[in-house]
Amino acid sequence: MARIVGVDIPDKKHIEIALTYIFGIGRTSAQKILTKARVPFNTKTRDLTEDQTVKIREIIENEYKIEGSLRSETTQNIKRLMDIGAYRGLRHRHGLPVHGQRTHTNARTRKGPRHRPGSKRRK
Amino acid sequence: MARSIKKGPYIDEKLFAKIERMNNTGEKRVIKTWARRSTISPEYVGHTLAVHNGNKFIPIFITENMVGHKVGEFVPTRMYRGHTSRGKKR
Repeated sequence: MARIVGVDIPDKKHIEIALTYIFGIGRTSAQKILTKARVPFNTKTRDLTEDQTVKIREIIENEYKIEGSLRSETTQNIKRLMDIGAYRGLRHRHGLPVHGQRTHTNARTRKGPRHRPGSKRRK
Repeated sequence: MARSIKKGPYIDEKLFAKIERMNNTGEKRVIKTWARRSTISPEYVGHTLAVHNGNKFIPIFITENMVGHKVGEFVPTRMYRGHTSRGKKR
């Protein structure tokens, strides 16, 4: 199993797809990276030459924000919203949808499982 | 949808003029405003705005982090006191 950046170990798939296993890289950025590194999209990860791997790694390290640092950036952004007391921050704090969706019904992703008075599942 | 960059940020002119005047004279006073839709520009930092929430004016101290947000974002217009907690008893 090939190691591209840090802990990510995708293999047996086209490199275009394998790169998307890294948090912060989707299809578009994967294609951009490969074009820049001059690697055909459909090479299998295990068929990569040493040079190609090095090149891909270099591009990702220098130009992309990935994994831990990307995750900490998003949590920091959310924390900033909460600290300044903005409306979006309040929604994050209460675990409700942030982008103005309805909450009369639905919004279950943010609100979690239903809880109503007399719910059978509670003990 | 986000506002077009071509237009630049929307800043309420009257509110902005008042802030400028206070910056020039070095005076600090709470300004009452209804301009909730106005963007906070860097000149506002350190001032206190009393923003209307539809009922009364809520004082908001502007910090550096708030630049680029709208004034109304910091003053909720709805009140939610929660539901009765009858289901909590076992």
